[in-house]
Amino acid sequence: MIEVQNITKSFEGTEVLKGISTVFEKGKTNLIIGQSGSGKTVFLKCLLGLFEADSGKILFEGKRLKKMSVKERSVLRQEMGMVFQGSALFDSMTVEENIMFPMQMFTQKKNEEIRDRANSVIKRVNLVNANEKFPDEISGGMKKRVAIARAIVMNPKYLFCDEPNSGLDPRTAILIDNLIQEITEEYNITTVINTHDMNSVMEIGEKIVFLQNGIKAWEGNNKEIFITENEAVTNFVYSSDLFKKVRLAYLEEDKRGSTSA
Amino acid sequence: MKILAKIGKYFLMLKSVFGKFTKWKILKQLILKDIDTLIIGSLGIVSFISFFVGGVVAIQTALNLENPLLPKNLIGFATRQSVILEFAPTFISVIMAGKVGSYITSSIGTMRVTEQIDALEVMGINTYNYLIFPKIVALSLYPLVICISMFLGVFGGYIACVYGGFSSSTEFIEGIQMDFFPFHITYAFIKTAFFSFILATVPSYHGYFMTGGALEVGKASTISFVWTSVIIILLNYLITQLLLT
Repeated sequence: MIEVQNITKSFEGTEVLKGISTVFEKGKTNLIIGQSGSGKTVFLKCLLGLFEADSGKILFEGKRLKKMSVKERSVLRQEMGMVFQGSALFDSMTVEENIMFPMQMFTQKKNEEIRDRANSVIKRVNLVNANEKFPDEISGGMKKRVAIARAIVMNPKYLFCDEPNSGLDPRTAILIDNLIQEITEEYNITTVINTHDMNSVMEIGEKIVFLQNGIKAWEGNNKEIFITENEAVTNFVYSSDLFKKVRLAYLEEDKRGSTSA
Repeated sequence: MKILAKIGKYFLMLKSVFGKFTKWKILKQLILKDIDTLIIGSLGIVSFISFFVGGVVAIQTALNLENPLLPKNLIGFATRQSVILEFAPTFISVIMAGKVGSYITSSIGTMRVTEQIDALEVMGINTYNYLIFPKIVALSLYPLVICISMFLGVFGGYIACVYGGFSSSTEFIEGIQMDFFPFHITYAFIKTAFFSFILATVPSYHGYFMTGGALEVGKASTISFVWTSVIIILLNYLITQLLLT
């Protein structure tokens, strides 16, 4: 579980995060949504420890990130998996080497054991015939799968994803979303996803935090987002006609269901 | 003020390079890879330039020795002095700032813009040590490159001089043995050791701390070349002043 208490962050006098508090629960896919420039990436980087919050607290299983020693922080980082927006695979390594890398770096296991574990994860993310390929030889969807495999190879406690399905076709995007959700449940990890994708919001948003101008404007789940009256959320989520129709259909069905009950 | 902040940032980076060390098994592979790219990969161009510039130095000296009273062995002497004292250590280092320096800046810079450095950091790796330390170790072999450059420079001078008909082989060899101070070699290698450190760290700094996209990677490489060259030239002056006067 990750607990965030009233964090703020400024860059050169501009306040990007203005006192955000929330809880990201274990075994759930937690989504951070919001317009571009709303502070999502900064918030995610604060959680990862890549940026230090100016004030407030970030607690991992009750332990405050800021108060952790270098060693504790190092251990925590080994318990984190991260899927970057551009996948951030190492160009000079093959797919298999990319996935083996965290284990080679942090475990004393033999190369054969590491290879076996990497191959089991490769199988888990449904990657086929890609082991010996380099990142520039595979598609965007495959890169995301490799990034997910690399993120989970060490059995992390926390999985962070920065727009994991940006730049993917709708079908692949859904597959990646489902894969992340399955892994979250299977490994019982705390997953935090930064996304713009409304399909993801509707499909896998077990907890959704909506940011607007650095403020947490709303939080709920993918059921509550249909019925919320919060104007900021509805303007953002239902900005397209298609989603407006989806919402209306949901509300009508919900109404019918409650009437018949 | 800004430049002072940058110098401070550079020294803080150096401190972090020697901070938490990467696992030796991984580091060893990175060092060997960097030796191959930065040292072995530079031998061709360094050999080519050294041989021909050595030849040109010998021809220029020969053409300027108009006075018949001046002995022909001065051609060998002047070639040796120019190559050993300045051409090999300094001129080749400036060329290496372009070749090796740009490579280091652009490779680290690309890792920065594609979030590969962030990925390493999230894993809990000391990215300074992982990325920069192998380059420092690899470039500690740089004096070997300069040694080859010295030999080929003088050899190029010999070929140009003897086969160009400017002096006899005996006169040239006599020239390169004349008034030889072994300390000049020591001086050249002291300079080279400093330059190798600059060649590894200054381009790394520019790559590591760059911001922006692909265009900025190109800009960072150019800026890195300029600053590495400037620092090499200034350091050359300082070391010469300290060691030879």
